[in-house]
Parts: sequence; C-alpha cells; structure tokens
Amino acid sequence: MNISLTEDQQMVQKLARDFAEREVLPKAKELDQDARWPKELVSRMAELGFLGVAVPEELGGAGLDNVSYAVAIEEVSRACASTGVIMSVNNSLVCDPLLKFANDEQKKEYLAPLASGEKLGCFGLTEPSSGSDASDMQTTAVKDGDHWVINGSKNWITNGPHADVILVFCNTNRELGNRGTTAFIVDKGTEGFNPQPRDHKLGIHAAHSCTMFFENCRVHESKMLNAEGMGFKIAMSTLDGGRIGIAAQALGIAQAAFEKAVAYSKERKAFGEPIAKKQAIAFKLADMATQIDAARLLIWRAAALKDEAVKNPKLRHSQESAVAKLYASEMATRVTHQALQVFGGYGYSTEYDMERHYRDARITEIYEGTSEIMRVVIAANVLRG
Amino acid sequence: MMFSPSASHRSFQSRARDIAETLDAAAHERDELVPMSVYRALADQGLMSVKLEEALGGPGGNVVSYSLAMTEVAKACASTAVTMAVTNMVGEVIHAFGTDAQRETYCSALARGGLGAFALSEVGAGSDPGGMRTTATKEGDHYLITGDKQWISHGDAARVLVVWARTGGAGSKGISCFLVDGDADGVSVAKHEDKLGLRASHTAALVFENVRVHESALLGSLGGGFRIAMMALDGGRIGIASQAIGIAEAALADTLTFVQASPALRSSQDAQWRLADARMKLDAASLLTLRAAELKDRGESFSLPASMAKVFATETAWAVCQSCVELQGERAERPDSIAARCMRDVRVTMIYEGTSEVQRIVISRAILT
Repeated sequence: MNISLTEDQQMVQKLARDFAEREVLPKAKELDQDARWPKELVSRMAELGFLGVAVPEELGGAGLDNVSYAVAIEEVSRACASTGVIMSVNNSLVCDPLLKFANDEQKKEYLAPLASGEKLGCFGLTEPSSGSDASDMQTTAVKDGDHWVINGSKNWITNGPHADVILVFCNTNRELGNRGTTAFIVDKGTEGFNPQPRDHKLGIHAAHSCTMFFENCRVHESKMLNAEGMGFKIAMSTLDGGRIGIAAQALGIAQAAFEKAVAYSKERKAFGEPIAKKQAIAFKLADMATQIDAARLLIWRAAALKDEAVKNPKLRHSQESAVAKLYASEMATRVTHQALQVFGGYGYSTEYDMERHYRDARITEIYEGTSEIMRVVIAANVLRG
Repeated sequence: MMFSPSASHRSFQSRARDIAETLDAAAHERDELVPMSVYRALADQGLMSVKLEEALGGPGGNVVSYSLAMTEVAKACASTAVTMAVTNMVGEVIHAFGTDAQRETYCSALARGGLGAFALSEVGAGSDPGGMRTTATKEGDHYLITGDKQWISHGDAARVLVVWARTGGAGSKGISCFLVDGDADGVSVAKHEDKLGLRASHTAALVFENVRVHESALLGSLGGGFRIAMMALDGGRIGIASQAIGIAEAALADTLTFVQASPALRSSQDAQWRLADARMKLDAASLLTLRAAELKDRGESFSLPASMAKVFATETAWAVCQSCVELQGERAERPDSIAARCMRDVRVTMIYEGTSEVQRIVISRAILT
C-alpha cells in the first residue's frame, strides 16, 4: 500500500497547477461570462500533452498514467471547470476508446492527431429521448454497400461545436438490443452530419455543447470502431474511465471553492471577530476539507485501478469509478453550496468566483451517468457480491 | 501509488479474521463479558501490541496492519475491538514516552495479553482534559494520586493504567502522566456503567485514593502529560475509525444477505440506494483511515488526517448502521439482530477518543492556520 503520488505524478501535478494558475485562472471569469470557447487554452493543452495524457507517446500522447490524468484534470478544473471538461472529453471519451478498441489504421489516422491535440474529439451517445437509458437510442446506421448510412440526432455533445471528430453510437440492429449498438468515427464536414449552434446552460459556459443531426450521413465501413454490435460495450467501458475524469473535475471545482471560503472566512469580520472563529463557519470548513480529501482518495483509487487494468484488461473498475464519481460530484455540489454560504451576498454576486463554482459543480452530478445511474451501477455490483 | 495491502498487512488481517471467526458477539453481549482467553488469543497473534518490536515480545507490525486487523475484529465483536484498541494505544504511548524499564515491564506485559487502560476523562473533564481535578502530590520520592476517573474502558481488568493527574497549576501545562498497576492499593472501581452498546466491554468509574506510586512511574516529563494524551489520541483515533468501519461493515453484510434473500427488496430502488450509499461512504471512510495510518507509519504528521478519518468514519458508520436497521424493519427489532447490535455498538465511536465536535475543532484549527 502506498497512497501517495509518485515523484512523476507530483511533477504532472505541478505542471498542471502552474499552467492552470498562470494561464487558465486569469481568464476563467471572462470565459464564463462571455461563454467563450477557450481556443488558445485548448492549443496550450495540446502543447502540454494534456489532450492525450494516458495515450502512449508512440501514439501521439503524453504516455502518462491515469492517476496523473486525474491529478491534471483536478488542477485545470480548479481554475476553470469548462477547460477541465474539454480536456476530460477528449482524453476519456475519445482517446481512451480509440486506444482500447480501434484498429491500427484508425489509431494512426485518428488517435494520434486527437491525442496530440492536432484534432479535437467528442462523444455522441446521448439523444433527446435517451440519456440514462442508452439502450433506447433511436439513431440508426443502415448498411448500404461498403458504407453505413446514419440517421438520427444526438444532443448535449460537449466539444460538439468545435470537434473535428465525433465518435457516434448508432443502432445497427434493433432486435439485438444493446448488442445491436455500433460505434462509428465520423469526421466533421461529412455530408449529412450537421452540428447545431451551442446549447445555453446553467454552468460550464465556456465548454460548448450542441445537438447534432445526422441526415443520410454516409460513413465508410472502415470507420466502424471495433465490430458491429460492440457499441454498447465500448460506451460502458469508456464511461467507466470518463467518470474518473468527471469526478476529478468536480474535485477541482470543490477545491477552488473551499480555498476561497477559507481565505474569506479569515478576513471577513462579524460580531467583532473573523467569521472563521465561529464554529458555524469553522465546522462547515472542517467538513468540506474532510469530504474533499475523501473524494480525492476515491478518485486516486479508481484511477490506480484503471492503471492496473491497462496491464490486466480483465480487471474491472466500474464500481470504483462509479463510487468516485458519485461521491465527488455530490460532494462538489455540497461544498460549493456551503462555500457560497460562507461568502453570503458576495457569494451570490457575479463579481466574485463563488457563484461560478456553484453553477459549474451542478453538471457533474448529471453527465457521464447521473448520480442515480451511479447508484444503480454500485448497487448492482454490491448485490452480485 | 498502490492501494492494495502488502503481504505483511494481509497476514495481520487474516490472523485477526481467524480469531474474529471464533467470537460470539451475541453471547458476549448477553454475558456482558469477553472472556480473557479471547485477549490472550489476540495477544498470541500479536494483535494486542501490533507495533511493538520483536525484542519486547511484539510482532513488529505497523499502523496499516493494525487498522486492517482492528476492522476485522470489530466486524465480529465491537466490544472485543475496543479493548484491543485501547490496549494497543496504551502500549504505544508507553513505548513512545517510556523509559527502557517502563517499556520492558509494561509493553511486554501487554504483548502477552495483559490489558492497558487509559484513565484520562473525569466527570467534569471530557473534551476539555485541561479541566481535570485528579492530583498527584509529591511526597519524598513518591507521588500520591487522588481523584476520580470516568468512562475507563476495562478499567476494572487492566494490568496497567495510564493515569493523568495534576502535578502543577491550572490548565493543560500542570498535567502529568503516570503508570499505575491495575491492582495498586487505593485503586477501586466505583461503578460499572450500564451502556447503550458495547455491553461486553466493561466501562468503569475508578477512584484513586492516595495511590502511592514511585517517581519512576512518571511517564515522560513532569507537566508533559497533556502532550502525551493528545499524541496518544491522534493514534487512537485511527483505531476507533477502523473499529467503526468494521462495525458498519458487519451491519452492511448482514443487511446485504437480508436484501439478497428478498426479490422484492432486491428490485427496490430504496434498498439499492441504501446499499450503494453505504458502500460508497464506507470506501471513503476506509481510504481516509488507511491514509492516516500510512502517514503515521511514514513518520509524517498525521493529526489532521486522523481526525478527518475519525469523524468521517464514525459518522458514516453510524449512518450506515442506522440505514441498515431501517431497511431490515421488523427483523432489526428482534433481540438477535446483528444490525441493531451494530447500531448500538457504533454510537459511542462518535464520542470516545474525541467527540465529533472535538475532531471538527482539530480539523478547523489545522485548515485555518
């Protein structure tokens, strides 16, 4: 047992923190208020290797481990949760499934430019009427010669408006249920593939998402990921990894809100003394600190397990990832709520960061599996024994 | 980074599990006694002095091993576990602050199965030990200890009592620590407390009436007692967190069996949610506890992580036990209910060795300075 970061992991942490504090944090408020896509930060993340952290170097990535990845996501999200999720989607939801399921040609054509940040990817699973129940998807792909013809729509696709590549999940055989789902790699600009204008959301304003329409979109069979019918398995395995990224994003948001609440509580005076001297505030801060640490440990455990699974593919980490995501995301909504409370009226004002953290935290309980779905996953594992 | 226990950790864990399997918590609770043979068996496996080096008769284990072993024992019998926790803590504090002679006498005795008790609390001094009134008065080369101590786990059966008493002025600087044999003249049991839970663990109110101890019984320095108590409790909190986790794991395992046997409950989201939340929070509690243990093993500062572990693990364990009882409904109302016993047993973990409130004081002080 050794529950601490290795020297290499600490170096990644420092690199990510320096980048986040020097380059991301100064822009975070403006990005949020203008809902501006941080193009220049995405380019910088590409230079730093942050868009393909756990992809081997020979495939265009940084060749680091998943613990390093989680640590880097936390640091970036501590500055800006939008930038954090842009990073998380490209790493977890696009590079990771390509690394695990793509053939060599696809790895060369897609994984390498995506991992190096030359291209940006997005993940098309959710539909207007199919979210938690991914098996109910309506988008279809029908074979036509050596092509597949895709029809349907996908929504809430983070990075969608700016992505060069989408991994899209389609129903290829309705009778087979989950085994009738197949994943395809679709390039931006393919005829019949139409990303819509960005969504307007409560939080993570700078991370653009959108609906995407597929209208008789013809994709060559060489763009199929892995094999026909493998889509659901790919999606679930991908989300097991993605949840670590979202958990780390939630952790970064909570950490930022907590640090600001601590600093503010020492300065702000009420009833003749700093409010930090009041147990009402001090005990809140104590609970935040404890819960943040608990979340970090759960995330590291899941990430370390995913690292072991790289060597031993039979090893599963669905339960540990779900535990980390559920705990960290609910923790982040609690912690940002309480941190805003410490700030009082200033917390509610858009002049300060606290309301941004509060808004940004909320989505972490929803995307890549809601808190309810996390409980379904955990309970199913526990009941199986 | 590596989360799985080492071979040595697992060896302590499995030895603890072997003994745990022989325990009959329901019978011990009914008898209001854990037989001394249980403690001797634990001692034989090195579990009453996990960290003690081999030269003094210990197994030379570490804090992570201790934590894992504690959880295993607590899964089977929380009363046995608290005696194991306090005895390990007493052995450790004597080892940390004692002279060679004190170590050889007492640490070795504890490793062989003698029990150690921790006599700090008083009627008017619990969370604030600085308010204690027991005194130790110098008389020649001896001290005379006089006063009352409260809530002393197995204070009636201890081979050695670590006793805090006032040797100087008011406040925490006037407190010193002494090692007193359990059978010393002048030590008597005023009362066996009747308690909500941990009914197989005796809790005694002790009276010290001119108890004469030689000055060599002083542990650490004169006036250094408060620091010794705080240091002991920092470590003790890892033990209590581990105990609470074990108790809650037992309630959860019992409840899981209950749910698995019922198709209606298996498919009920209320039941599923309770199981999922329990698993999630106990995982978090366990990681916080093992982290504190590991920091202590590495000789790093662990007071803050230990307090985090204790408040999180004990409050989680309480919530899990409560939820298990709720889920089992009528089944938990029966006298032989494991979940209900766990709920009663676990309640005190939020109180002893520093209440949840004291943990929050420790944590908030650490993060606000």
